[in-house]
Amino acid sequence: MMLGLGSVGLVLLSLAVQSGHGAQDSAVWSREETTERNYYTRYHNMSEITAWMEQMKRENPDVVSSMVYGQTYERRNITLLKIGLSSTGRKKAIWMDCGIHAREWIAPAFCQYFVKEILRTYKTDTKVNEMMKNLDFYITPVLNVDGYIYSWHNESTRLWRKSRSPGTGGCTCYGTDLNRNFYANWGMVGVSTDCCNLFYCGTKALSESEAWAVTDMLGKMREDILAFLTIHSYGQQLLVPYGHPNISAPNHDELMEVGLGAAKAIKAVHRMDYTVGTSPDILYPFSGSSQDFGRLIGIPLSFTFELRDKGKHGFELPEDQIQPTCEEAYAGAHHIITYAHDKVFYSYAATVTATLWTTLLAAWVSSAILL
Amino acid sequence: MTTGVLNPSHYPARRAATVVQHYLNTRYGSPYRWIFLSTVHSGSAEDVAEMGRKYQLELTMQEMISNVSGRCSAELLFPGGEGQSAPQVQASCEGLHQSNTTAQEEAFYQQHRASNNLASGNDIPDSYGHMEPSVKPFWQLGGVASSFIMLRESNESTLYNMAQVANFTQLETEKDQLRFNYHVLLHEMISQEIIHWKLLVTWSPAQGVQVLQTELQPKCRHCEAPPNTTN
Repeated sequence: MMLGLGSVGLVLLSLAVQSGHGAQDSAVWSREETTERNYYTRYHNMSEITAWMEQMKRENPDVVSSMVYGQTYERRNITLLKIGLSSTGRKKAIWMDCGIHAREWIAPAFCQYFVKEILRTYKTDTKVNEMMKNLDFYITPVLNVDGYIYSWHNESTRLWRKSRSPGTGGCTCYGTDLNRNFYANWGMVGVSTDCCNLFYCGTKALSESEAWAVTDMLGKMREDILAFLTIHSYGQQLLVPYGHPNISAPNHDELMEVGLGAAKAIKAVHRMDYTVGTSPDILYPFSGSSQDFGRLIGIPLSFTFELRDKGKHGFELPEDQIQPTCEEAYAGAHHIITYAHDKVFYSYAATVTATLWTTLLAAWVSSAILL
Repeated sequence: MTTGVLNPSHYPARRAATVVQHYLNTRYGSPYRWIFLSTVHSGSAEDVAEMGRKYQLELTMQEMISNVSGRCSAELLFPGGEGQSAPQVQASCEGLHQSNTTAQEEAFYQQHRASNNLASGNDIPDSYGHMEPSVKPFWQLGGVASSFIMLRESNESTLYNMAQVANFTQLETEKDQLRFNYHVLLHEMISQEIIHWKLLVTWSPAQGVQVLQTELQPKCRHCEAPPNTTN
């Protein structure tokens, strides 16, 4: 059988990765692979990300589909990629969204990297393959599309945070903080009612169509979602619910344990420290966040990632840090997702096995007595 | 407010530690020495009657250009009462000054001292986090100069970083000091605001960084109108 150069490149690529985690240098790259590798070390505007989503679907038709699940204020599509090996039954899910805050460019870059990585490894990595069989990944590379596009307009708009809906009631500033607009203790703490403020929570919960789109999707899928990951920058932190200082998640200990495990996995990649804790403890209190909403509707593992750095570059993280940031964040996300997956799929098996042994033991004991 | 032993990964210790970072940059920073907080090891806080809140911290700081780290002990007081008063900081560090910057600083100083080719630049870093290598010392100097403002403006409810040097212009050298006008953007994490400041900055290897004037720029409300975006 004749192997095309691209296929040979793919084989060499997977061999190189298996021989050493993160090894990038020794394999022979085809031109296709080189282009692809350079792609994930640059920031991309919304047109490029949209085209990339189409490319992911085209190149991986068996495992990737897309879904438009809402509209932004400026009537643009909010699109997610659904990634998983098809199955006949209903599958459990992992939710990931990036770019709720426009200026946090490293976040959409990470969503793109994550998609690329699971597609690259699911055929050869037994764990990723197993998770792709049992789970569907729902990944929104850019949630705040209007804000992201605005932040690309020129240097003076680069540091925009909020959505682009206009103020009301005589207030002339633009934008609501989408991460204060969810129906989760909405309006209680860490918010502002001034539409010029960076924490403006909107006229009411879910006043923003972007927050409504996520709420609608999560509502339809809530029983199936095992983990909810929302990606931000900067600060190098993993936040666990809730943002309100007086409310603890029922599984707080579990969230902290999994979060600390993820931080350890992150540190093992490039020695970066990520702090783990509730937002009121390690950052500031706030309500109405997507993460809080996820936990409130019953998704057990709900995390906010605050990626690099700690303030030297802040939002304008240099492109030569995209790859290492994504590598460490991937390790952290992988830890959480594996935990979520194994808790359901191995604990079931463990329960079945335990029941089987108990039954066998009882049968042996009773047969021994009879004898 | 937390009193007593502080959790090193919780925000009260981290905010106070960042203030120490700003203080160290005002004392020791230069175009080739820029210090950042690395780790908070331990801390405690107490109310001091009539004065405010006093923090004690054990920290590791890292100099960003040489990557040299040093252990620091610091004490700071956030003044209580009416009016905005800057925090008072004392700190002693081991090892941070090991980075030998003399040669680089001297070369940079000599290169820019003559007034026939005054330097200037803008958007450092740019939207992609890039900057030309020749402009990097001006970025670092901007960061150190910003520390004077960040130190002065800090309290227990703030966490400042410099987001960007919007622009800088070198002025004529005076009294052997390089002189610059800087326009910087500061990111205040707790309000998430981007705050514009203009500064008049001087530097020489002998005198270090001085900030002679600062001017808060008003928030640009009219800048928020929607452009014609087609992307």
